[in-house]
Amino acid sequence: MSELDVAQVVALSLYVSITATVLTSLVGLPLGAFLALKRFRGSWLMRTGVYALFALPSVVVGLIIYTLLSHSGPLGFLDWLWTPIGMVLAESVLIFPLVTGLTMSAVSDVDESVRLTIKTLGANNRQLMARVMHEARFGIFGAVMVGFGRAISEVGAVWMVGGNIQGSTQVITTAIMQQTQMGDFGTSFALAGILMAIAFIVFFVIREIQERG
Amino acid sequence: MNLGLAVNAAGISKTYSGSTVLTDVSLKLGAGELVAILGPSGSGKSTLLRILNLLERPDKGVVAFGASGSVVRDGQNLRRRMTLLLQRSVMFRDTVFGNVSCGLRLRGMSDREIRDRVLKVLGDVGLQGFERRKAQTLSGGEAQRVAFARAIAIEPEVLFLDEFTANLDPPNIKMLETALAAYRQRTGCTTVMVSHNPFQAQRLAKRCLFLYQGQVLGSGPIEEVRRQDDDKIAAFFRGDLI
Repeated sequence: MSELDVAQVVALSLYVSITATVLTSLVGLPLGAFLALKRFRGSWLMRTGVYALFALPSVVVGLIIYTLLSHSGPLGFLDWLWTPIGMVLAESVLIFPLVTGLTMSAVSDVDESVRLTIKTLGANNRQLMARVMHEARFGIFGAVMVGFGRAISEVGAVWMVGGNIQGSTQVITTAIMQQTQMGDFGTSFALAGILMAIAFIVFFVIREIQERG
Repeated sequence: MNLGLAVNAAGISKTYSGSTVLTDVSLKLGAGELVAILGPSGSGKSTLLRILNLLERPDKGVVAFGASGSVVRDGQNLRRRMTLLLQRSVMFRDTVFGNVSCGLRLRGMSDREIRDRVLKVLGDVGLQGFERRKAQTLSGGEAQRVAFARAIAIEPEVLFLDEFTANLDPPNIKMLETALAAYRQRTGCTTVMVSHNPFQAQRLAKRCLFLYQGQVLGSGPIEEVRRQDDDKIAAFFRGDLI
């Protein structure tokens, strides 16, 4: 692999993972907060379901998304199979329970007296949820970063849905697997170093923000 | 400025999981009046405050506000005209400024109005220059003064105080009582104050409601209630019933 190829693989990895994290956060954060704050018929089942999906195997996600996006599948008309968009979809589905569930935990940890105080200041339901999320912001940020960490290190689902096409859908993890199988350990270790560096940066940022909080 | 809003609660009863907390409690306050709710721990005082502040619904009875005495239907808008200061000061994970400005931001006030109001109320509680301090680093007394500033920043027409000086040292108690008197004088705000300190009640209020195990044992001028022929009331005022 040339340096240009490596740069392209790293760029695509970041693009797919960041896009999946942002899209998941747009839905997962408010949903997590809602499930933490509201009690309704079936809410216990939903919360339990979200936590249970933490253990969702990536190959199962890959299989489901592959089936949906394949030409004979219900979403085949989108033509997303073997594309970065398909990979974004797979990673989004994979990290959705993590981001939602960890947000739920962070919001649940906000003391009941804090919620009561916000209400005494005249907050309506929407404002209450926003303010409680603000109180839980360090935990919520951690949830987003854990989601990103899971997405960038993902291999099974992106391989199945993206196809590991060099110059098109190859990301760091799938490139490491391919280069290792080809016996190019130098490139594999270089890519592994980049992946580890990204993981450490994510961990460092989480720690730094939580320490400051 | 005369912000006071009359409060009329009639026949309030509340039960939690089969345990009766309040039984047929009635309380009437004129606009701008300060009434103390007295009684030992577990007598239902805090529950009554939450019901009056429309944070909880009674099982029986009605709460009405204003001169017309109309029964509450739209709690949200009315709730914004009053606030409750809890016994344990709750500080948000923010600066002192962020804490005190919270209620003002919920009301969509401009940044300039918010800044002016926050600086004013922080001055009222003797915390000038504390705006940038992290609220989590404040002492207990400072935190309670910030909580009081946060409550009066929204200029409530009715102020509910739940043991608002409990566990504070005398200088902080004096500071808060002075700030309360100044705010009431400036705005004419109606105030309901829960306390199990009869001396503080006598300092601040003329009238009281005495609760024991969720029932009203006495109501009226504090001195008259104190002289009532009732063992529980007598023990409370002697300091033998807490």
